[in-house]
Amino acid sequence: MSTETMPDTHSSIDADDYFVLGDPIADTAAPAGPIKDRWSKRRFDAHLVNPANRRKIKIIIVGTGLAGGAAAATLGEAGYQVESFCYQDSPRRAHSIAAQGGINAAKNYKNDGDSIDRLFYDTVKGGDYRARESNVYRLAEVSANIIDQCVAQGVPFAREYGGLLDTRSFGGVQVQRTFYARGQTGQQLLIGAYQALQRQVNAGTVRMHTRHDMLELIVVDGRARGIVTRDLITGEVEAWTADVVILATGGYGNVFFLSTNAMGSNVTAGWRAHRKGAYFGNPCYTQIHPTCIPVSGDYQSKLTLMSESLRNDGRIWVPKSGEDKRDPRDIPEEDRDYYLERRYPAFGNLVPRDIASRAAKYVCDEGRGVGPGGLGVYLDFADAINRLGRKAVEAKYGNLFDMYAQITGENPYETPMRIYPAVHYTMGGLWVDYDLQSSIPGLFVGGEANFSDHGANRLGASALMQGLADGYFVLPATVPDYLAEHKLAPVPLDHPDVLEAVQSVKDRIDLLLSIQGHRTVDSFHKELGHIMWEYCGMERTESGLKKAIAEIRRLKAEFWSDVLVTGKGLELNQALERANRVADFIELGELMCIDALERRESAGGHFRGESQTEDGEALRHDDEYAYVAAWEWGGDGGRPILHKEDLVYEYVEMKQRSYK
Amino acid sequence: MKITLRVWRQKNAEDPGHMQTIEVPDVSSHMSFLEMLDVVNERLALDGEDPIAFDSDCREGICGMCGVVINGIPHGRADSPVQTTTCQLHMRSFVDGAVIDVEPFRSEAFPIIKDLAVDRSALDRVIESGGYISVNTGSAPEANSTPVPKAHADHAFESATCIGCGACVAACPNGSAMLFTSAKITHLGLLPQGQPERDSRVLNMVAQHDAEGFGGCTNIGECTAVCPKGIPFDNISRLNHDLLGALVRGED
Repeated sequence: MSTETMPDTHSSIDADDYFVLGDPIADTAAPAGPIKDRWSKRRFDAHLVNPANRRKIKIIIVGTGLAGGAAAATLGEAGYQVESFCYQDSPRRAHSIAAQGGINAAKNYKNDGDSIDRLFYDTVKGGDYRARESNVYRLAEVSANIIDQCVAQGVPFAREYGGLLDTRSFGGVQVQRTFYARGQTGQQLLIGAYQALQRQVNAGTVRMHTRHDMLELIVVDGRARGIVTRDLITGEVEAWTADVVILATGGYGNVFFLSTNAMGSNVTAGWRAHRKGAYFGNPCYTQIHPTCIPVSGDYQSKLTLMSESLRNDGRIWVPKSGEDKRDPRDIPEEDRDYYLERRYPAFGNLVPRDIASRAAKYVCDEGRGVGPGGLGVYLDFADAINRLGRKAVEAKYGNLFDMYAQITGENPYETPMRIYPAVHYTMGGLWVDYDLQSSIPGLFVGGEANFSDHGANRLGASALMQGLADGYFVLPATVPDYLAEHKLAPVPLDHPDVLEAVQSVKDRIDLLLSIQGHRTVDSFHKELGHIMWEYCGMERTESGLKKAIAEIRRLKAEFWSDVLVTGKGLELNQALERANRVADFIELGELMCIDALERRESAGGHFRGESQTEDGEALRHDDEYAYVAAWEWGGDGGRPILHKEDLVYEYVEMKQRSYK
Repeated sequence: MKITLRVWRQKNAEDPGHMQTIEVPDVSSHMSFLEMLDVVNERLALDGEDPIAFDSDCREGICGMCGVVINGIPHGRADSPVQTTTCQLHMRSFVDGAVIDVEPFRSEAFPIIKDLAVDRSALDRVIESGGYISVNTGSAPEANSTPVPKAHADHAFESATCIGCGACVAACPNGSAMLFTSAKITHLGLLPQGQPERDSRVLNMVAQHDAEGFGGCTNIGECTAVCPKGIPFDNISRLNHDLLGALVRGED
């Protein structure tokens, strides 16, 4: 479709049907002045809490991944009373543990020209100019401290023979700034944070509540003052009050049902806060990762990522003809289409994630996909094995090849791997200001749960960096400032707002259990996932999104009249756990589609079919859409309200990305 | 393929529990073991029965949340060529017509919560007693100011890959968590950063290990045979060495 069909000004037709335009965001709390001084200035200006007073202050932190675990450990060590919550049986299970590749830091250990400025620039560009400059600069600035901290904790990063830290390079950058621990960097960083957390549990500053699901936010006098949880073992619904609440509850990729996220990853904490007044930023930005193992059947519960590093030596291709059903080893060179090498000769198989994902989709849409259902492309190591020898390939990628063989039952040394894109990371999340405070005072949000640092697309090895930056350094500086600024009276557990929040959770559980319909929770989740993947996945169009919104509204009505939740409330009830989460995913899915509909440009993880260049590449419209879309809950049955935060670029020039 | 499941059902910690037989006539060999249980659970729910409770989260073999005993072996392995977690075990590892017993990880220190879900928080308390390096945030020295020999770093990494699933405990006739505990002792004990607390760490962690009701290690080796991450058995020798040294030094 040509870009000429784009309206030249923002159309109000959608607004009338789907949302209401609200006031722009006036203040993001970012300090003014030179960008390199902003974080120092913010920290110096922050009010402090006297150590003797800290033990009287209670902080609730939900989530124990890199952001939540690190924040709980750090604020506990500073002397606050921290109440830490997670739904898993141990804080060490948080999904940060599954990250493979590495963590970026501007240490310039390789003396290859890296610097804070360069990491800042790469991240803003990688995010397709839809991230805030001040936040990204701070992220680059504290990155070096993260490595120091983790090494001191005993995180076993890769080392060179001289005993110093090793680094490697990652997609989209020209320096080697990625620190790693084989393919298990997330695991090692999380274990470091978990150990720091357990140290504070031992010291009595952190109380850990495992197997607790946060189901509601408590707001008193306009401020976040607590949460309502369900004990997943006993089913008991309880209220917890505090002076401040921090959410670090990860991403919402499971809205697609199939994703690389953990089974329990959910949006409920963030969504409940959204319904209580917290704005949701850029919900439509989803990162699709190109190298996942394809779906094998309807029973499939999740997708497994194969490391991006495979694209260094693997060549991606499909047969030239969709009719060609030969064994891939029998297909001669002239009948193969190495489509990435053909379309992007400069970057070849190493184009960024969004480009590689879309290219795979297109060849499958043309009917040239391989494997069951035609949703897959070959990732072929035959050339690499011929060139380097099997032993060298084994040394580099052996564990990934074993993992592939275990899941698919095929031997990737003998036949090409099959890969397909899958939902991996969500750049959207609760809107926060520079201090990581949401639009509800006293509610702070860290890590993937907030929208803040990646813009429309996330570079590899930067998710771990943001989680730990927020948890170890940013929140421990900004939350005390809020606490020092506001003297808060304790909220008793029989406060009317607390009782109301608890009752609303109990009513919702009773309602879910009473419907006793004909469809399981998972069947609704899978149907939602199909709608989202089809219409709000790798490519979105106006007509598709409108159709999706209608479908989701129908699905929501059906869910609340026909869902089957077995068992009782006061027991371990995994169907009920999922029902609570899927109900929120359905509402989030609708907002994601509305956000995607409103953004009539292509940027990073959001590709609008109507906005592309003549040769099919993403086309941004900086004059119209260089803003964060911060959505306010419009009430049940009401329309969401869009608040725009203009993105101002003072230090980086906005350019169209090109990988030809 | 067609299989017969015999699965442990137990409503709660007080319930005596029993085995339930469930025929599953239409298993795809591509399913993971837990996806097969998902399919069974969907049917149980539609038949008005309580689905089987079991723990899992990442389903890619790294978070350590899953784990059941399959045909007497923690995480089941069957004829899978590699050591694996339950979530990475696939049905192609079983033969058509197989009868498969599924039970929870059993150990005095892991109380059963429901069906196949058990409480492994004792492992967290072992870490809590000293499985860390005491360093406050923001006070760390420059990372490269402390070089670590590559061989030590690599060895430490191998032990640090323990996922805390508890299979070692379930496999051990003594219900010992010594492989788990020794993995952390080895990981931190091999690094210069871990030296100041080396003695107190091993003393405290072993004391907590015993207090939780885990049994002693008698060098049987069942733990490493089922460990999905291949944590080396000689870590336990290292733990004993450190423990002895700490006890001797403590008496001075």
